[in-house]
Amino acid sequence: MSDTTAHAAGHGDDATTRRDFLLYATSSVGAIGVGLSVWPLVDSMNPAADVRALASTEVDLSPIQVGQTITVVWRGKPVFIRHRTADEIKAAGAVNPEDLVDPQLDAVRAAKPEWLIVVGVCTHLGCVPLGYAPSQPKGDFGGWFCPCHGSHYDTSGRIRKGPAPKNLAVPPIVFNGTTVKIG
Amino acid sequence: MTPAPVWKNPIVRWIDYRLPVFSFIHHQLVDYPTPRNLSYWWNFGSLSGIVLVIMVMTGIVLAMSYTPHVDHAFDSVERIMRDVNYGWLIRYVHMNGASAFFVCVYIHLFRGLYYGSYKAPREILWIVGIVILLTMMATAFMGYVLPWGQMSFWAATVITNLFSAIPLIGEPIVAWLWGGFSIDNPTLNRFFALHYLLPFVILGLVFVHLWALHIHKSNNPVGVETKSAREEIPFHPYYTIKDLFGLGVLLFFFLCFVFFAPNMFVEPDNYIPANPLVTPAHIVPEWYLMPFYAILRAITFDIWFIPAKLIGVIAMFSSIVILMLLPWLDTSPVRSARYRPIYKQVYWIFFADCLVLGYIGASPPEGWYIPIGQIATAYYFGHFLIVMPLLGIFERPLPVPESITAAMGMPKEAGR
Amino acid sequence: MIRFGLVLAAALGLGVTLSAEASEAPKAPAQAWPFNGPLGTYDRNDLRRGLTVYRNVCASCHSLHLVSYRHLAGVGFTEEEIKTIAAAVEVEDGPNDQGEKFSRAGRPADRFKSPFANPQAARAANNGAFPPDLSVITKARKGGPDYLYGLLTGYKNPPAGFKVLEGMNYNEYFPGHQIAMPAPLNEGGVEYPDGTKSTVQQMAHDVTTFLSWASEPEMEERKRMGLKVLMVIFVLTALLYGLKRQIWAALH
Repeated sequence: MSDTTAHAAGHGDDATTRRDFLLYATSSVGAIGVGLSVWPLVDSMNPAADVRALASTEVDLSPIQVGQTITVVWRGKPVFIRHRTADEIKAAGAVNPEDLVDPQLDAVRAAKPEWLIVVGVCTHLGCVPLGYAPSQPKGDFGGWFCPCHGSHYDTSGRIRKGPAPKNLAVPPIVFNGTTVKIG
Repeated sequence: MTPAPVWKNPIVRWIDYRLPVFSFIHHQLVDYPTPRNLSYWWNFGSLSGIVLVIMVMTGIVLAMSYTPHVDHAFDSVERIMRDVNYGWLIRYVHMNGASAFFVCVYIHLFRGLYYGSYKAPREILWIVGIVILLTMMATAFMGYVLPWGQMSFWAATVITNLFSAIPLIGEPIVAWLWGGFSIDNPTLNRFFALHYLLPFVILGLVFVHLWALHIHKSNNPVGVETKSAREEIPFHPYYTIKDLFGLGVLLFFFLCFVFFAPNMFVEPDNYIPANPLVTPAHIVPEWYLMPFYAILRAITFDIWFIPAKLIGVIAMFSSIVILMLLPWLDTSPVRSARYRPIYKQVYWIFFADCLVLGYIGASPPEGWYIPIGQIATAYYFGHFLIVMPLLGIFERPLPVPESITAAMGMPKEAGR
Repeated sequence: MIRFGLVLAAALGLGVTLSAEASEAPKAPAQAWPFNGPLGTYDRNDLRRGLTVYRNVCASCHSLHLVSYRHLAGVGFTEEEIKTIAAAVEVEDGPNDQGEKFSRAGRPADRFKSPFANPQAARAANNGAFPPDLSVITKARKGGPDYLYGLLTGYKNPPAGFKVLEGMNYNEYFPGHQIAMPAPLNEGGVEYPDGTKSTVQQMAHDVTTFLSWASEPEMEERKRMGLKVLMVIFVLTALLYGLKRQIWAALH
């Protein structure tokens, strides 16, 4: 562009400098303007205010029996709430975090040891792992098994075997008597 | 045509050798020879194109948050206004953008009328332009239906009912358009689908329009073709910068509406959810359709065995189709109104007639409005069918300059 | 061709005056709203009082179903205040695991509770007249806030010879003058927490402000952003004009 304009104007250095300055100033303001005006279009595809506002779910824990897992929906995703047995708690606590793909202590993941609450989405490619119903396989480590690509999770929802890179996510939770608020 | 530049960048060269996109852009947008005397009235073609792009971009993201269902459409639009990030901005740009689009296109069209841009060899260019206008109207109308307010619903009812004027097959056609026995969910669904489709049809037509334009190049205020290279300047940087400056001015005024008077062109009734049982007191289309609406309503009498309703519909469509015949209805050999003293007057009378029609289209069909609308309609057609053909024969044009340079008072062969 | 532009501008102006054409009722007089003009904002105290009026008076018949309690955060209500306001209503939710509907206290994410389950119930309870939803009311009426204020303060005795139908009320600014809604605001009808005297004018002013906000909650952000955007466009256009002049200067 500056080649053509230089040829068109072509009156000595002063004029060239002034024009170049104007060209750069205009192009910069224009580029910033275009950038700023594209942002609203992009941002409109982010979660909207009403979606963000529905971010918490409250669950009554009292009917869940020891050894039972229930599935609730939080932000459109399944969340597993498992009332763990003493054996499961013991198995989860006995693991040395150093040996894990994604090292985490069970005590950190389950503040109240009998309740394990994890997002039921495999950290590999987003399938829902099996193990939430009695008839389903729980994998080699007694937790969950993802049938899509064979990831095995333990009784603390940690990845033990298979392609998944991370443990099942623990959502933000607040216990309040016999209920828990997720999110 | 100057030869394409030798591309220095090896990747560009590699691509251009196989698919000469860079040479194409260079020839059509950079090097493209343009008359040097174009006025600012020539900005509105490219401005229309830019507004079209803005409409498509905002429209696509709006469609992502809109629900085309009679139970949810109104609320989903208000959800866009309240909860979607920048939703209000995008919707107001899209809503007012329709008006901006028609402002640009109408100025573009009236510029063509004034300077005789439709005359040989640009007839197809002109006709494609009118087809674009028709497609725009259809698109705008269907877009107006989507918020599912009272005006949406009743505009859709009234306009689709026009087709019932067709003899014998009218009723089945209307049922086919509706997908039911009244305007309902199937209608809204298909209008949404078509409202999404038609802008891309317009983009295709715009490409054809530009193709035709680039064959014989732009007309100019003098109305004589460029005769030498020094009457032409490359499109870039001269007209790119001029168009960008024009865009700045347009955006300034346009955004004043978007940010400070976003609902100025909206009937308040369209913020009342559609109610099939109650018709609003005055059904008015958007301002850009009002002249045609006036022509539709002007026919209040049967002619022989043809019912008034059918004639009204025919008149309305004819009022646009007749523009396509203008290159042959205008018999004058002179293009620009600058050198046509009587046409210049006639042009403004015709322009005023269009304004009157717009006024009538917005007014209730009662009292004096009816005969005024009928006279204005008669004049509209008279302008094309009687005035234009006769004017070419009886008008004595002023002497037309032999070239653009002569008109600009430049010496015959001097350099810059 | 310049004349052309002027005529066109006049034409646009014409269209504007046209669309404001009055119906049979007189146009409600314009009020000096603090939210008028390019810099106008909603007065926060007016809004708070207006919410009080809506909840105590309007809400018994008119829904506000496009507005959520959490939206109040946009005009300065704290999270605690919003929770309290929301919790004051009972909301039907469900079905629960037993497949039954149950009721619970409102939450900030809930929409304002509608007084009637459906339009039919609303009609049945109001002698066949439908109390319209107020979510977009100032956008949905010609004259907007001025009309609403005029309507709320426009209840008068009918002029001599004007026959008001059974169950209807005379209102100066309502199209046709006969409105099914009885005068909703009465002197001292609500008790304002801030101690303001609740005259009819005061309540009409406050609730109109509140409903204007409900109709256009984006208005303040829109105007703020608009000023910035227009300034940038103005500078950019000036720069483009300078550049255009320079580039074209070589031609003449």
